[in-house]
Amino acid sequence: MSKKKMIKEVRFSGSGGQGLILAGIILARAAVEDGLNVTQTQSYGPESRGGYSRADVVISNEDINYPEATNLDILLSLTQEACDKYIFDLKRDGVLICDTSHVKNISIINDNTYEVPFTEIAQKELGSEIPTNILSLAFVVKVTNIVNEKSLETAIRASVRPAFIDLNIKAMKLGFKLAKEYQL
Amino acid sequence: MTKEKATSKKTEKVEAIVEKKVTKAVIMQGNEAVAKGALAAGCDFFAGYPITPSTEVAEILSNELPKIGGTFIQMEDEIASMCAIIGASLAGAKALTATSGPGFSLMQEAIGFAKITETPTVVVNVQRMGPSTGMPTSPGQGDIMQSRWGSHGDAPAIVLYPDSVKEAFQLTIRAFNLAEKYRSCVVLLMDEVLGHMREAVTLPDLSTVRVINRIKPTVPPQWYKHYDENQKYLSPIASFGEGYRFHVTGLTHDDHGFPTNKPNEAAKMMERLNKKIKHNIRDLVQIETEHMHEAKVAVFAAGIMGRASKEAVKMARAEGLKVGLLRPLTIWPFPDDAVTKMLKDVDAVVVPELNEGQLFHELERLVRERKDGSLHRLNRNDGTVITPAEILTKIKEVYNG
Repeated sequence: MSKKKMIKEVRFSGSGGQGLILAGIILARAAVEDGLNVTQTQSYGPESRGGYSRADVVISNEDINYPEATNLDILLSLTQEACDKYIFDLKRDGVLICDTSHVKNISIINDNTYEVPFTEIAQKELGSEIPTNILSLAFVVKVTNIVNEKSLETAIRASVRPAFIDLNIKAMKLGFKLAKEYQL
Repeated sequence: MTKEKATSKKTEKVEAIVEKKVTKAVIMQGNEAVAKGALAAGCDFFAGYPITPSTEVAEILSNELPKIGGTFIQMEDEIASMCAIIGASLAGAKALTATSGPGFSLMQEAIGFAKITETPTVVVNVQRMGPSTGMPTSPGQGDIMQSRWGSHGDAPAIVLYPDSVKEAFQLTIRAFNLAEKYRSCVVLLMDEVLGHMREAVTLPDLSTVRVINRIKPTVPPQWYKHYDENQKYLSPIASFGEGYRFHVTGLTHDDHGFPTNKPNEAAKMMERLNKKIKHNIRDLVQIETEHMHEAKVAVFAAGIMGRASKEAVKMARAEGLKVGLLRPLTIWPFPDDAVTKMLKDVDAVVVPELNEGQLFHELERLVRERKDGSLHRLNRNDGTVITPAEILTKIKEVYNG
């Protein structure tokens, strides 16, 4: 009997410098850790900070032909512009997760919409807004179960500089905790 | 005794883990695969001028080459980069440079020099949206014709075009092998999407990688001719410093490499340049086909568009449409035979490209009979990729005439 085909298309969107591409790489690495096929692509402007930035991750148990996400299962938006630009690419039952520190207006809200002030929480609980990417990535993983939590931790450890591992693991745990609270 | 047994068991376990690690999939970027492929092929010299979206190739090799005793040098520009790898190759190195559109334009004259002096070199061009500086972080397939006709003078080209991270690794090795075998400049064309894309890949065991090295002269130095072709139009090449004397010039030259104006010697040189490609076309051309034996409509696409087309063909077939795919892995020399057969067999061909129709011209050239399939272009030139759904729409449009 053949396995049922699974394909999930994920997009992390925001502005340059928020660490979204790193979050995409970590998610892709975690999916490989889970033994799945994955492609990770990105689109960003020529500037190193500011401008738009997005990372697409396609995860499947079969070969992936087209590497970019076109019909989103999961959309994470850390800025208003990104949310407005990509919300209509989301499937009808897709999961939308917005950082309400920056996203003030969401055009479609349903049961699968999560509104969390990630940046503010990171600033308050972790003392810096830098780990917002990992915080929100962990939140995404927890609410969607797209990859194993253990794999995510392995991927984070393999992807960030040694000096920042502790901070990022702390951010990951906080993300999991937040997700639990929001799911209730 | 029991202790000994325990240790041996432990070693076994460790070995099993090591073996598992080798075959385990890793996440890798297209540019990283190019760098890894170059190292696997024996590359020991890189000269380049970093440019988005090819920078990672230089970045990784700047780390890796010194470890194996190789040389990495960042040149002042792309003209110097190309000249540096030609020099390195003449001294016996397997040399590589990596660039993008604007740099590729600057390299063209020296690429012609590598071709006329028959010096093995590999140039990676990770294409970005052009012309000029264009959109550094967006894909475009505008350099397909430039990679063929970019240099002045009528010399053939060998150009490979991968569509996945794994294929980028394999074709980089192949690019080196062909450069060494055919004593020419081989271009590896890539798409920005592929250069920057990360994908789960399982790379082959390095001990199974087939590496071809240049033929060395077997004659005594006083008999050596730098351009002395064998029956397949391939010639041995000595390196500087090995005791063989030869002359290298961009001027049309005789067998020893000295400039000549004699028509018969010029004709012989040009004949060798062309014939070493034409006579070995089966070795050079690589294509991938899917469901072509029963196709009514075919899609012809290369690189990232080949990959999008694969998905579109899958979608069309799920709807019961008889659609096939022909994807060239070698775009130059152009796979004339496969394309001619395709045109004869199908009713229509869709050609999706991220330009205004460059491969399309080649297909138009090959339409010979009235009953050949009709050609339909699908072009985009805005820095984004044509999606499988859009290709599917086009397929359906042409499917019923």
